[in-house]
Amino acid sequence: MQIFKTKLEFDFMGKRKAALGISLLLIAFSIASIAIRGLNFGIDFTGGYLIEVGYPEAIELTPVRSALEKAGFKDAQAQHFGTSKDILVRLAPRNDINQADLTTQVLNVLQSSTEQTVNMRRVEFVGPQVGEELREQGGMAMLIALLGILIYIGFRFQFKSSVGAILALIHDVIITIGVFSVIQMEFDLTVLAAILAVIGYSLNDTVVVLDRIRETFRAQRKGTPLSILNLSINGTLSRTLMTSLTTLLVLVALFFLGGEVIHGFAFALIVGVFVGTYSSIYVASTALLLMNVSKQDFLEMAKDDSPVDDMP
Amino acid sequence: MMNQYPVWKYLLLVFVILFGSIFALPNLYGEDPSVLISKRSESIDIATKDRIVDLLKQSTVNYKSLEHNDGKILIRLSSEDAQLSVVDQIKALDMFKNNNNYTIALNLAPATPAWLQSISAAPMYLGLDLRGGVHFLMEVDMDSAIKRLEDILMSDMRSHLRDKKIRYLGVTLNSNVINIKFRDADNMEQGRIALKSEFKDLEYATDEENLLVTAKLTEVVIRNEKRSAIQQNVTTLRNRVNELGVAEPVIQQQGDSRIVVQLPGVQDTARAKEILGATATLEFRLTEGTLTEWHEAEKSGHVPLNAKLYHERNGDPVLLKRRVIVTGDQINDAASTIDQQSGTPAVSVRLDGKGAKKMGETTRENVGKPMAVVFIENKVETKTIDGKDIKVRTRTEEVINIATIRDSFSKNFQITGLGSTEARDLALLLRAGALRAPVEIVEERTVGPSLGKDNIEKGFTSVVIGFVLVLVFMVVYYRTFGIFANIALTANLVIIVAILSLLQATLTLPGIAGIVLTVGMAVDANVLIFERIREELRNGNSPQASIHSGYAKAFSTIADANVTTLIAAIVLFSFGTGPIKGFAITLSIGILTSMFTAIMGTRALVNLTYGGRNVSKLSI
Repeated sequence: MQIFKTKLEFDFMGKRKAALGISLLLIAFSIASIAIRGLNFGIDFTGGYLIEVGYPEAIELTPVRSALEKAGFKDAQAQHFGTSKDILVRLAPRNDINQADLTTQVLNVLQSSTEQTVNMRRVEFVGPQVGEELREQGGMAMLIALLGILIYIGFRFQFKSSVGAILALIHDVIITIGVFSVIQMEFDLTVLAAILAVIGYSLNDTVVVLDRIRETFRAQRKGTPLSILNLSINGTLSRTLMTSLTTLLVLVALFFLGGEVIHGFAFALIVGVFVGTYSSIYVASTALLLMNVSKQDFLEMAKDDSPVDDMP
Repeated sequence: MMNQYPVWKYLLLVFVILFGSIFALPNLYGEDPSVLISKRSESIDIATKDRIVDLLKQSTVNYKSLEHNDGKILIRLSSEDAQLSVVDQIKALDMFKNNNNYTIALNLAPATPAWLQSISAAPMYLGLDLRGGVHFLMEVDMDSAIKRLEDILMSDMRSHLRDKKIRYLGVTLNSNVINIKFRDADNMEQGRIALKSEFKDLEYATDEENLLVTAKLTEVVIRNEKRSAIQQNVTTLRNRVNELGVAEPVIQQQGDSRIVVQLPGVQDTARAKEILGATATLEFRLTEGTLTEWHEAEKSGHVPLNAKLYHERNGDPVLLKRRVIVTGDQINDAASTIDQQSGTPAVSVRLDGKGAKKMGETTRENVGKPMAVVFIENKVETKTIDGKDIKVRTRTEEVINIATIRDSFSKNFQITGLGSTEARDLALLLRAGALRAPVEIVEERTVGPSLGKDNIEKGFTSVVIGFVLVLVFMVVYYRTFGIFANIALTANLVIIVAILSLLQATLTLPGIAGIVLTVGMAVDANVLIFERIREELRNGNSPQASIHSGYAKAFSTIADANVTTLIAAIVLFSFGTGPIKGFAITLSIGILTSMFTAIMGTRALVNLTYGGRNVSKLSI
């Protein structure tokens, strides 16, 4: 089976202005959303408590909520988690009650509000200071990853290609985070890990296209940069789609079957794969065109043949 | 001839896959419920082992086996009920009663067959999110440790100046600087010299105008104080964790001021927190009576009025006088050293002024008599009585050392007659009793056993389903070549598991996600190669030439693409904590192994099938 039986000749670059418009719009929208709505940071980054309990039978939220409120946990947020038999309670960090006591108290309140046996499934507490550190470390990790990749790309490819790859990368990261901001999905440590994996994945895709662009520029004697880019993208198109598809297959399996804890992680990667696939076709190559890429940029450096006759 | 591999390449592949299969194998055997008995800083001897074997033989419980390795005893059982019953029976034995030297813990021991164990093949280690358990991150309050040191110094300075009859107006602390104010320049000069010769580890400065001498702790002193504060806390936590009966606890220093405590399998987190959060203190007391009297008192229960019955770590009874000589908060410092005279290990103890005075009085009158150190832990435990939660204060007291008073002493003294590890432990316990730095839990991640089980099941299902989907897809799309890719992918999975097992890396849920992601991305290399081959075929090249140039042309692209992902994975590893690290590890291993299987593995299969003969059409 093949998706494309014949040689492909889509005019991708002809539509680059529309694509550029869409990308800019998406980025602007993402940044606006991150600036205005912000991200729904999980307790990993804000600090706080998270208590997950399971019940043998489905449980109503209202009695649970009122019991918590009555017990003095006014800021407690209770919601179903995955199924109607599981409840997740979130609390902001507080100073008046000792950390060890608080979770025990909440569990007791939950137990006393129902006839069913409450089964503790998960308790997480992150102190405000640790949360702040994790946030800083996370931002730092992202920057270092970008930097490391920039160095590698700069070393392996030409300057213009590197700029294109990094633009594609930033494009993907901003839009993926933007999606988390728009739908207000919880952003925790695992999502951050997924974003870093998206960086790797997106680049993987872009590098394959850039590789082909370099090869085509060197191989073709004639042709405008635009037609060469089109040729390269067409040449790698079925690979791009195939890999995205297989990766999506496993990610979808992970999203639906991997359990609630891994949900955000799988979702971030699914978004990242979609955006990354699109950006590997359009963003890097459009950037190359905007920088007036030409055959000269890809010619191999002349070997340094100067004899070392000045040596004694 | 095109597309043929030398024999060594085939052999290498066969060898790697065989090796991988063997080391991945232990993961298929599961785990036995078991009981692990260990002894504090000692090995369990044969006699104890025989005693337990007898017990098991007499009891009705079926046990699979009993292993006596590395000074520990591991009893494998067929069910979890048997596990609990065995623990109760062992704890009821005389030798384990009242004996804090032994830890009896419930455990899940890998049921790896002996032949695999003999080549040290072992299953992957499951993270807390998969097996259930508690993870605490504790922060040692360094500021109060330093503050305590400064308080001690200030009070010592005052008494030293008084002893030297130097007149001063006051000793105060102002943002980590000790200010000593004097009446006149004369006294100030004398005071400066006196303090400098007695308290050497400080940085001094004088303010002539205000008749002020300032002293500051040096960086070295602060660093040492912090280091010993954290060490002391690690040791006390380790002691307390023993009490919880956890089979494989992790207690580790993290950074400058933090301690990670991981207790796999612990379900009662409230109790764990209570035990870890206990406060400890010390008492020095004189003994009462003789050894035989102690044993009689234990048997009869009759204790003299002025005494109290205590036990040593190993359960031996001791009678101690009710009067307390010195308590833990009067200890300024304790350190393990070497005794100058005998050259044997010793613990040197330094008391504060008040303690020194009382110790001086007591020891003067009791030279030649034994003195004991009692270690006391105060815990607040929540117990359910009549359906109500009641906080109960419990107090465990243990005699950690008995030594003879050789001479009268007060401020500084040494406890000798110890082994070197014994001396180190005692010094740490003494400091723990002095409680120099409180700890606070700054992060907790607890996973209940039911969620752990769910996580394993869900993680496993998603790997299998994702994997099968990819396999089907590849066969449909690339036919014979798809089968090659699938074989390589399976080998890749086996090798990843083998490497994780060999490294004894911790498998977490994000780690499983990393494996799943690797499966998706590992086919990328094959997709790149196969698409290239198709392209070459379309361009009118012969099948053999297409295969050859397909692999050749795809290689640098594959390498570039994987290196970039690897960079992201390495950054993740160095910045991430716990679970994120797990993801980074599996992802990096997966990238590396997939390069091997997807390129060399599939090429070998292609060469075996098509290489070295005339082929008119490829099934791709």
